[in-house]
Amino acid sequence: MLCQKCQKRVANIQITQIVNNNKQVIYLCEQCAREEGKFITGSPLSVNDFFSSMIGFPVRTSVGEQQLVCDKCGMSYEEFKKVGKFGCENCYKVYGEKLTPLLKRLHGNLQYHGKLPKKVSEDVKVSREIEYLKEQLNNAVKNEEYEKAAEIRDRIRELEKNSAS
Amino acid sequence: MEGWYIEKGPESDVVMSSRVRLARNFKDYPFPFKMSREDAEKVVERVKDAILNRSIATSNYEFKDMLKMNPIDKQALVEKHLISPNLVNERVPSAAIISKDEKVSIMINEEDHLRIQCLFPGLQLDKAWELCDKIDSLLEENIDYAFSEKYGYLTCCPTNLGTGIRASAMLHLPALTMTGYIRGMLDACGKLGIAVRGIYGENSEALGNLFQISNQITLGLSEEEIINNVTNIGNQIINQERTLRAELYRQNPYRFEDKVYRSLGILSNARIISSEESFKLISDVRLGVDMGIIKNIDVAKLNEILLYIQPANLQKIFDRTLSPDERDIKRADLIREKLGIN
Repeated sequence: MLCQKCQKRVANIQITQIVNNNKQVIYLCEQCAREEGKFITGSPLSVNDFFSSMIGFPVRTSVGEQQLVCDKCGMSYEEFKKVGKFGCENCYKVYGEKLTPLLKRLHGNLQYHGKLPKKVSEDVKVSREIEYLKEQLNNAVKNEEYEKAAEIRDRIRELEKNSAS
Repeated sequence: MEGWYIEKGPESDVVMSSRVRLARNFKDYPFPFKMSREDAEKVVERVKDAILNRSIATSNYEFKDMLKMNPIDKQALVEKHLISPNLVNERVPSAAIISKDEKVSIMINEEDHLRIQCLFPGLQLDKAWELCDKIDSLLEENIDYAFSEKYGYLTCCPTNLGTGIRASAMLHLPALTMTGYIRGMLDACGKLGIAVRGIYGENSEALGNLFQISNQITLGLSEEEIINNVTNIGNQIINQERTLRAELYRQNPYRFEDKVYRSLGILSNARIISSEESFKLISDVRLGVDMGIIKNIDVAKLNEILLYIQPANLQKIFDRTLSPDERDIKRADLIREKLGIN
């Protein structure tokens, strides 16, 4: 059967309207139905809509969870459960832990193994160097090499000062 | 005419194009759907500054402001896979910076602040990733990204968390479709963490036998591992498709050639043609070209046709809006012209 509006496309939507006790049935194709505003497709079901179920919590939010709101962008955990999207990077800090089951379902392995931004990789390098130096410091003190220990201590202080910025 | 699609890439008899996209966000700004207009403008300016005002081959990039472009031009970019439909929503100022050869597209304020995308012909995911990586590192010199050592690059949607990488390839799979073996392929891909979808067409039925495969997982693997996974699976699909094509031909060469040439016949002569029908026929002709049956048409020409028959690009060529009926006529004209027929 052809769409009653455009007479071109196949009608695959049947719309039943009851107006003043009169029942009307019209047959439209998807495009005309959308244009008439009678067929609300909205956005198609996306993966975000399924997140709530994957988080694995009961539908009603506990009191503690109700208070989980990101202080930077104002997005609440409650809202996240509805839209499946974060509001800003800080949200991860505020309620990131709740998401472990979801992330496990999505990605399996939760250990990040990818590219490191240059600035970050330098921090990582520095913190590893500091750890190494601390070990050296302990050894120097044990061996009573106090001058050497003092040098190492100064180096550590400098590195810590720089990385704290 | 410029564009990556006129180049021939590796495995181009099955793979049309490869795309790698990285999702990145600024620190200290909410993600786009929670941003204020001012913040969004600031982000656009900062990205513009980071690219266009520095030495990163500025003459090769064009800035496209989504708030100022008209709908047809925007839609034309979507049809070229240079921007996503999501970028076109006007909740906040958004933009795209696109290279002249259309290999690189940087979207600003789509779902994430930044989406860096590289498109290459054929199966070249590694090259696409290399270029994305380079551009990402360059941008990173002037932008502080939202990143945590635990989760990696922080993205708006958890499905992009970690590497933020989406590696995809566009495949032409007529033999797998014709024989029905595509079902098995889809299932296997799903089990291996690879998503498959038809590119054109509204349902799971793929128009023109064109499918896109992409990685589903972005966290827990390195970018290289993800690229390799998709490439390897791509290669397996390519082998299956080629084997099936040869087998189908062997079973009945006359029927095979008849189908291919009939489709070419309609494309070369029709005066009215819908885009659905065009996709179908172009797929047949492409198969004929890939297998050396049709000798005087090259794949680049078919890629060009595939692009310009789509509604916005078609209207841009004729420089005015066209009704659906007019489009069907102009489409047929365009196809005949591109095929060198009067």
